[in-house]
Amino acid sequence: MSHALRPPAEPADADPTATAADSKLSPKAKAALSEGKKAERRLGLLLCAPAILIMAAVAGWPIIYSVWLSLQRYDLKFPDRTEFVGLENYVTVLSNPYWWNAMWVTVLITVVSVAVELVLGMALALIMHRTLVGRGIVRTSTLIPYGIVTVVAAFSWRYAWTPGTGYLAETVAGGDPVLTEKIPSIMVVTLAEIWKTTPFMALLLMAGLALVPDDLLKAAAMDGATAWQRFTKVMVPVMKPAILVALLFRTLDAFRIFDNLFVLTAGSQGTSSVSMLTYNNLIKGLNLGIGSTMSVLIFIAVAIIAFVFVKLFGTAAPGGDGGGRR
Amino acid sequence: MAGIGGAVTTGRKARWTVLNVLVVVYALFPVLWIVSLSFKTKETLGDGNFIPREWTFDNYKTIFSTTEFVRALVNSIGIALIATAVAVVFGTMAAYAIARLDFPGKRLLIGVSLLIAMFPQISLVSPLFEIERGLGLFDTWPGLILPYITFALPLAIYTLSAFFREIPWELEKAAKMDGATPGQAFRRVIAPLAAPGVFTTAILVFIFCWNDFLFAISLTSTEASRTVPVALSFFTGSSQFEDPTGSIAAAAVVITIPIILFVLFFQRRIVAGLTSGAVKG
Repeated sequence: MSHALRPPAEPADADPTATAADSKLSPKAKAALSEGKKAERRLGLLLCAPAILIMAAVAGWPIIYSVWLSLQRYDLKFPDRTEFVGLENYVTVLSNPYWWNAMWVTVLITVVSVAVELVLGMALALIMHRTLVGRGIVRTSTLIPYGIVTVVAAFSWRYAWTPGTGYLAETVAGGDPVLTEKIPSIMVVTLAEIWKTTPFMALLLMAGLALVPDDLLKAAAMDGATAWQRFTKVMVPVMKPAILVALLFRTLDAFRIFDNLFVLTAGSQGTSSVSMLTYNNLIKGLNLGIGSTMSVLIFIAVAIIAFVFVKLFGTAAPGGDGGGRR
Repeated sequence: MAGIGGAVTTGRKARWTVLNVLVVVYALFPVLWIVSLSFKTKETLGDGNFIPREWTFDNYKTIFSTTEFVRALVNSIGIALIATAVAVVFGTMAAYAIARLDFPGKRLLIGVSLLIAMFPQISLVSPLFEIERGLGLFDTWPGLILPYITFALPLAIYTLSAFFREIPWELEKAAKMDGATPGQAFRRVIAPLAAPGVFTTAILVFIFCWNDFLFAISLTSTEASRTVPVALSFFTGSSQFEDPTGSIAAAAVVITIPIILFVLFFQRRIVAGLTSGAVKG
């Protein structure tokens, strides 16, 4: 799941009357007000309680539990050999060539797809934002790749590239079974990923485009700026926060690639992503110790990516104070 | 909106039309391809033609006659609807509190839900697999509904609090001054204003639940709770010698229909939901 997360509202201009009155009132009335304040706090916590409880129980606790599992030798095929082994699983995973191959595949797919999506998404955003005709049709059709079930899209691509069934296999690949070799497979998976998520990138960028003042563009045009100059010198600087947020979301989302790979290659020929490898160890191999270790490592990798974006690029973390957008 | 300077000429319109057509073709051709496959007969499935030479409904008849697909469809619809309802109700409560009330730990709640939204889902699969087996939730509806709610909540909270921020809450006070009871003020004034945001959020959350594959394939093992995306990947055809391509294509088209309907009827809302507060803060 990836979605435009936005900084939630500040406490709505809560009761301007109350604060104004606050200063003038006697201590007695003040006590009553703070009574009201307490009631407000209680109501706030009460309203958030169900959401907090569910997130704590289904996300918070399992994460802690998976760290614990990752320190055990725990294979469901040999349950009687379960024991605490410290960091042994981490040594096993980090010295395993399959893990590093999966990491490289994941990084490759992430970098290539996000880079291409940024360019395509920007073009698409400009088209959706500025088109003179048929804006509704364009926006409606771009939402289809966004909304369609990933597995469905993946099957469409798989059959398109299957020799004897697909139109792309014959015309583009000359009848070669592209999904049986490593590099072509990765390219097909990356293409499928790009097709599916470019519209989402475009929508986030379009929200940024809406912030570029038309007057500024007109003024630049008057001063003789070319279209390319207007784009790089006016639009991009104004859009920078939106671009960085879009990149952050898509990078984290691409890093967890699973559905497309599962359908297109099932991880064969060394095309596993880290999520795919973890799934195979866990659900197919029933090795909870190793599976949990990989889970924790992926979690750490994602945290590093987010940290790099926020600290180095100054991406304004939505909901955070960063970037001075508040 | 007519670009920088200059009137709208026919040439410009033509250029935009070409670009628009390119976008529409880009977005639709993989969908049309799977639709085409689903209408092909067994004999023509392998001809590699984009448009079927012979049309048939056989593939649809086949999948609707198997419990494998029908059961999965019921699971998909039920699980997605329940998860959406719960996530939207709890999300509305929390978003209202975030938008309107002052209470300790608000920042923490926002930060934590953001963390969950960005979370690699696979990291939750291993512990949940073990926990759910222990609690008897593995391969049940609640076993999928719970993680869906958890990942839908941050999405619901953020989208809704962006919408709630735009609501003119003074109207509530005005209605009360005019003699409305708090209940009436809520029903007549606030609810109609909040409804579009809640509805949009529900669509986005439903699409998320409908789409999920990783949890569905990891936390189920039988028809009892398998959803359509997972059932699709297990289709083998009615006999083991039969190619399942036609059935898979037909099933894929069936689960794409709700998405197409949402997009056709609520395009504006979905775009607003995905972008509205995305960059302003």
